[in-house]
Amino acid sequence: MGYETFTCDIDADGVALVTIDLPGQSMNVWNAALMRDYRQFVDRLNTDDAIKGAVITSGKASGFLAGADLKLISTRKAETMREAFESSFVLSDDLRRMETGGHDAKRLARGAAAAKPVACVVNGLALGGGLELVLACHYRSAVDDPRVQLGLPEVTIGLLPGGGGTQRLLRLIGVEKALKMVLAGTPVDPHTAKAYGFIDEVVPADQAMGAALAWVKANPRVVQPWDRADFIVPGVSSARDPQFAQLFANANALAEVQSGHNYDAVPAILSCFYEGTLVPIDTALRIESKYFTKLLTGAQSRNMIRTLFVNKQAADKGAQRPREIAPVELRKVGIVGAGLMGCGIAHVAAKGKLNVVVLDKDRQTASKASAYTKRIVEKAVQRGAMSADAASALLARIVTTDRYEDFADADLVIEAVFEQPGIKADVLRNIEAVVGEQVVIASNTSTLPIAGLARHLRRPERFIGMHFFSPVERMQLLEIIPGEATGRAALAAAYDFNARIRKTPILVKDVRGFYTNQVVPPYLNEAVLMLMEGVDPALIDNVAIALGMPIGPLALLDETTLSLAHDIQRSTREQLGEAYQPAGTEAFFEKMVVELDRKGRRFGGGIYEYSADGTKTVWRGLIEHYPRAGVPLSPEQVEQRLLYIQLTAAARCLEAGIVVDPQSADLGAIFGWGFPTWTGGPMSHIDTLGLAEFVVEADRLAQRYGARFKPPASLRDKAGEGLSLYAPV
Amino acid sequence: MLEAYIYDALRTPRGRGKSDGRLHEITPVQLAAQALAAVPVRNGIEPGVIDDVVFGCVSAVGEQGSVIPRIAALTAGFPQSVAGVQVNRFCGSGLEAVNIAAGKIASGEADLVVAGGVESMSRVPMGSDGGAWPMDPQTAFKTYFIPQGVSADLIASKFGYSREDVDRYAQESHRRAGYAWSQGRFARAIVPVRDVIGEVVLDHDEHVRPETTMATLGGLKPSFQALGERSPGYDTIALLKHPDVQRVEHVHHAGNSSGIVDGAAAVLIGNAQIGRELGLKPRARIRAMAAVGSEPTIMLTGPELAVQKVLKRAGMSVADIDLWEVNEAFAAVVLRFMDAMSVGHERTNVNGGAIAMGHPLGASGAILVGTLVDELERADKQLGVATICIGAGMGVATIVERIG
Repeated sequence: MGYETFTCDIDADGVALVTIDLPGQSMNVWNAALMRDYRQFVDRLNTDDAIKGAVITSGKASGFLAGADLKLISTRKAETMREAFESSFVLSDDLRRMETGGHDAKRLARGAAAAKPVACVVNGLALGGGLELVLACHYRSAVDDPRVQLGLPEVTIGLLPGGGGTQRLLRLIGVEKALKMVLAGTPVDPHTAKAYGFIDEVVPADQAMGAALAWVKANPRVVQPWDRADFIVPGVSSARDPQFAQLFANANALAEVQSGHNYDAVPAILSCFYEGTLVPIDTALRIESKYFTKLLTGAQSRNMIRTLFVNKQAADKGAQRPREIAPVELRKVGIVGAGLMGCGIAHVAAKGKLNVVVLDKDRQTASKASAYTKRIVEKAVQRGAMSADAASALLARIVTTDRYEDFADADLVIEAVFEQPGIKADVLRNIEAVVGEQVVIASNTSTLPIAGLARHLRRPERFIGMHFFSPVERMQLLEIIPGEATGRAALAAAYDFNARIRKTPILVKDVRGFYTNQVVPPYLNEAVLMLMEGVDPALIDNVAIALGMPIGPLALLDETTLSLAHDIQRSTREQLGEAYQPAGTEAFFEKMVVELDRKGRRFGGGIYEYSADGTKTVWRGLIEHYPRAGVPLSPEQVEQRLLYIQLTAAARCLEAGIVVDPQSADLGAIFGWGFPTWTGGPMSHIDTLGLAEFVVEADRLAQRYGARFKPPASLRDKAGEGLSLYAPV
Repeated sequence: MLEAYIYDALRTPRGRGKSDGRLHEITPVQLAAQALAAVPVRNGIEPGVIDDVVFGCVSAVGEQGSVIPRIAALTAGFPQSVAGVQVNRFCGSGLEAVNIAAGKIASGEADLVVAGGVESMSRVPMGSDGGAWPMDPQTAFKTYFIPQGVSADLIASKFGYSREDVDRYAQESHRRAGYAWSQGRFARAIVPVRDVIGEVVLDHDEHVRPETTMATLGGLKPSFQALGERSPGYDTIALLKHPDVQRVEHVHHAGNSSGIVDGAAAVLIGNAQIGRELGLKPRARIRAMAAVGSEPTIMLTGPELAVQKVLKRAGMSVADIDLWEVNEAFAAVVLRFMDAMSVGHERTNVNGGAIAMGHPLGASGAILVGTLVDELERADKQLGVATICIGAGMGVATIVERIG
């Protein structure tokens, strides 16, 4: 039969063997062509008596079917809700017709009709719409291979499984288990899927097809469990059942506790489960599709797909890597400094299968790098995330030393020593003395300009900044900062190193603070300014959490220590002299650190006091020095300042070319300091607010609170021309 | 608009709301029927002169379904001409019933109405009627739902009431209730409950513990701590709605929260004319009524808003009011009310309250009105206000003025 996206061979018994293999695509996805072919196939299956059943599998090693074509989704033209629903429901409807044979649900329940058997052999990744195809089959087998992963990850991009995923999964494995899976979005392996109950059999690869065919032949007439008259959703009897009420009350609360109130997809998913359980499946499928439509036509999924999927992928693949330079062969990496950062960098490098040499002033100090990685891999082995073999192999790749000579055969050396120009200068010279001419030398500095450090090298063109974030093994962002002398080859090597350690890199201009440290300090500063004005510190931090920040700004200051903030402020003032712009918070840090000895969490407390059981309360002495203001700020006003200070500072970085494009600004914000992912990033959020609206509000805040809120001129111009930061779709 | 007069107020004693409570053997219909039957007997009237029965009943399902006041009226032997209607405004149902009845009189719809309520919490537990509010994700998210116990703790945290503050209030409630009972202050109102063979099964509020001390209260574990902090962690949701609160301190427990009990109450309300015709002496008039909505997450701060509204409508001020009956859902609710309205404990819940005696959900509002009428007479005072905090953030208030 003539299909573009799959082959369809009918065997002697009339069973159609469907092998999905999108031509010219690396992955099978539900693109327009596949949906078209699938619809035709289902029509044929339901009307052609010569076809007795089907077995569906994939012809691609990259996976079974990886879900919707996200590029298609992210470039959709705006439509009405009705139009969006109609087009979204098509696939759900076709899947339903495959499982019912086109028969009415009542006839199936009465036993007056049945469908033809459709089995699937899941021989690779089945995610999102791919798993939804599996769930609509009557017999679901998976190949016994750890590369086979089955999941419904739509929540991670602000959507929900709109092709019957919520409804079939809950009817197969029960509301509670299904809800957990869909809200988390994490895939499972075939054996777990079988244990849950949505895969019937896990079969060795060479037996899978045979088993599926045998099943089809043995079951010529089939009805899905939920189309049988006696079907009850596992564990649920009715809305009046107190257990049902308890289950959902609990599920709602847990979801709110875990993801706050910011993600539209979360209550939408919960509602698909709640409402879908109470009605017959055909109605439930429409309800699911309607909640899906609401998400699809909303800003969140658009922003999350663009930033977290499309743009992150492009960045991870090295979108800004110099194209003309051949990939750099990296086998061995040297690291100077076994502090927190050095140890973290060593870990991720070893994880990326690089040999690592870590140097510090003496062997004992250097050995901290091995201890650091040992702790991490031991925990991983304990929770079953890593085999003991893999753990020892990783650890074995890290070698520690006190001799620069051990860098002689390194392909790349990174220094991660104290933020002191003198120390760094010595280290850089020592490195250059032993490594080859082509070897790239990088610095993890967070405050010193790259151009300045480069001057200590004979060959500054080999030098580049690579700014990691702490803890390195968990923070996804890498700022790559070429100095004015940095050559293309060094830049390419930085990207090639990143490809091994799999961070998300953004290219950043060589200015003080680079990108993240241009935005985070003003944000923390704003929080302190409000505290000084008499806003309750608990209110400031709670509002930040409600907004979606991972930690409140005042709590963060305590974690990174007020004394560090104080030091940085002081040294910046010294270095810039006349050019220093007062932040308005100098008196606060001076008072807290010097006068009151409130230096931070690990120094016995800062803005908060910390009890043994981990809970914190605002330091009781604070109110004496910073009493409550007469007219309190509302939570909305606090939120506006915390949000807009970040938006404005990030926008200024874009205007000044510190980051090259809005996507870098967004990725840097989300992965560098935890800017709320539901926004898609600060630039996406400005576009969502509307550039004109943003400018008006920023001006209002600037007038009220100060020039730090003034929107950059280029944004004002763009707003005037009716443009947006991102190019329109 | 006609005046609505209170001619009589009575109640059953409150039995402990468990299967070993003394009223557990009495069906909810019986409980209601006995309260109703007492009305014509005590007042020397034929039940047929009653137009309607308006009863609060919250968990109006199962035994408490099918418009229980109508069925109870028929069971009590009232003629078929006496209609009945069940009202649900959560904990405020009994007071709402009184207000609805007063409205029927004032509008001229009816001449004589029995308002009141019934709730057998031992036989039809709280929550039996279900409801979408916490379980439908759309409603739970929209309203930032948290259970009422966490709301009470949130009030304590937001307005600064310590464990000691709430326990002290609870102790006083028990002391006052015990004292009031010993002084016979409830004697006029109480209608003992009888069993199938006519024997009295209960003649006093079973829940009261006059021997309650700070020590006994101090030993009780906070009831809503796990719910709030861990499973599922409602405190986090509370702070999303109330970011000005640093942490929810869990201070409420069984000893400083309203008791779960069985009970019924009735209040006879009519116009002046019917009183004269039947030879009834009015004891009080209903001066003003109000209902409001308030913040649903903190849930229980409605009384101050309802009282502000009812005073405004009556053209009165706090200073005019001699006695306050503020339902003791949780100790912090009353503490907050007294602070918000600058009203002292010496005028508030002077004979104890639901912490000591229990809160039969549908009946409590009517019990508060009856308590006010009795105490205004006993203490020779003029004006009282009954008010109740209510689920989903509401408040109801009624101004009662003694006559004679």
